[in-house]
Amino acid sequence: MAVKNFVVGLFDDEAVLFPAVKKVRTAGYKLHDVYTPFPVHGLDHAMGLRESSLHTAGFIYGITGTTTALSFMSWVFNVDWPLNIGGKPHFPLPAFIPITFELTVLFAAVGMVMTFCWLCQIMPGVKKHIFHPRQTDDKFVMVIELTEKTNAEEVKSFLQAAGAHDINEQQAEAGWWFGRFDKDDEPYLRKVKPVNA
Amino acid sequence: MKDQFVVPARLKKTSFVLMGVGLLTLLIGLFAFQGENATRFWAGLLQNSSFFLLITLASTFFIAATTLAHGGWQIAFRRVPEAISMAVPVLSGILFVIVMILVFGEKDSIYHWVNLHHVHEDKILTWKSPFLSKTFFTTATIITLGLWIFFTLKIRKMSIEEDGWDLKPATGKKILWRNTVVAGGFLVVFTLSVGSTTPWLWLMSIDAHWFSTMYSWYTFASTWVSGLSLIALFVVYLKKHGYLTYVTEEHLHDLGKFMFAFSIFWTYLWFSQYMLIWYANMPEETAYFQPRVWGEWRPIFFLNLLINFITPLLFLMKRDTKRNYTAVVFMAFVIIAGHWMDFWQMVYPATVKHLVFPWYELGLGLGFVGLIIFLVSNALTKASLVPKNHPYLKESIVHHT
Repeated sequence: MAVKNFVVGLFDDEAVLFPAVKKVRTAGYKLHDVYTPFPVHGLDHAMGLRESSLHTAGFIYGITGTTTALSFMSWVFNVDWPLNIGGKPHFPLPAFIPITFELTVLFAAVGMVMTFCWLCQIMPGVKKHIFHPRQTDDKFVMVIELTEKTNAEEVKSFLQAAGAHDINEQQAEAGWWFGRFDKDDEPYLRKVKPVNA
Repeated sequence: MKDQFVVPARLKKTSFVLMGVGLLTLLIGLFAFQGENATRFWAGLLQNSSFFLLITLASTFFIAATTLAHGGWQIAFRRVPEAISMAVPVLSGILFVIVMILVFGEKDSIYHWVNLHHVHEDKILTWKSPFLSKTFFTTATIITLGLWIFFTLKIRKMSIEEDGWDLKPATGKKILWRNTVVAGGFLVVFTLSVGSTTPWLWLMSIDAHWFSTMYSWYTFASTWVSGLSLIALFVVYLKKHGYLTYVTEEHLHDLGKFMFAFSIFWTYLWFSQYMLIWYANMPEETAYFQPRVWGEWRPIFFLNLLINFITPLLFLMKRDTKRNYTAVVFMAFVIIAGHWMDFWQMVYPATVKHLVFPWYELGLGLGFVGLIIFLVSNALTKASLVPKNHPYLKESIVHHT
């Protein structure tokens, strides 16, 4: 976790936001994130984000569920407590399929939700800095991180030219901290100096 | 922009060669299977005609279902399923002739309920005779085929007619409204036929003692996923020949998703039918699976699951394969062949009984494929490939999955 300096700009329309994102990337500024009120198709591509590996994780969770269900039921009915149920074999695969399916879905679903929360750093009790109160309400908010090489004033005029308004500079914690949703707005370790002051 | 399809000479030649192979196989079959063996001659015709009729009818279902769901993404290639559905009248005619010969020619090795002596000696068949009778069979077949043809032609006719209209908001509303009404009407017919009684009559009545309420849905799932694969094949073919400018890999991705999802749906129904019978273990129900699981057809039974479930599941799972033209074409061929085999194992264990290499059935199948290529490519030339007045066309052009 580190406190960093940011330049924040607001956009009203995705039609303005898209070219602005492209301009920021060609200019070589470090894009921290873009907050939108709704999922914008193709924005991840424009921002140059790599494809999410959430589905690979989902596949692994699913396979884990399949294996868990099949191996546990086989162990129970063959090793631990063999019972004759309706004259069926001790390894009645068709009877195992529905449970195997359910467990595959359960593992994949729960695992993917938790991984999603982990990747996005969202969870009850987890707080992050909010750059603008309307950032996921009705405004598109672009946040550019300042590095040693970037000049804040230059970035501001750049955003102005790209169509942003309410441009301001903020010093904020980039990571998350523990806290309640309605208070604890500041991270506990406030005294840390910005890494890119 | 190429909007008007012209049949390439090579495609025409291919379709004629395939139809020739089919006719030749039919002739060879006519001489090779006589007397006792004539069962195979008719079983092959029943399997192929019902399979290929239902997979072309799946295109009408595709149009109707997407219209009713107010889907926009398929408009860019909507003329393709429309053209495929134009094979329905011809294939209906072929199937009608075949089942009428089976029923009125008293081919009791296929439908043993057509033999009245069997019915009189058989309590179950006597009880079922209001349903499994020549009159009911013929009436139901005529009504369903008639309604399918009526709605298919109606949807196609409306779509072509709309190309000549003026592009105004009122026209757009009218297009949506009348398409929705006709699509709704077709879906009612489709549900009551393919989703309910028609496969019972044409295919399940081969095992006249046995019954399964899952059977029609299972048949529907089989033909629907093959029908989607057929649409994908024609879309890719046209795209590769420079047509369908608006169709991108986004549309292909959605078709691939459908092929993937309905392969799983087919497995779900396949398993639902199998597991209930396996669990209850009642002799009158397990009779159907006896030759398939424990008899000669055992390898086909498991091959069926391998080709139609495991292969699409693992192959189409990745995003990249669904967006790759070659991969989708390969999978479409696998799915169509797999479900053709599924129909083969539905018809054959109770009629021909023995598992033999299906050269005759494959030959007939190629003939039907040739016929479908011929009819569809002709239908594609009849209208512009883009329904330019459809209000959802723009939505389809900018489609992004």
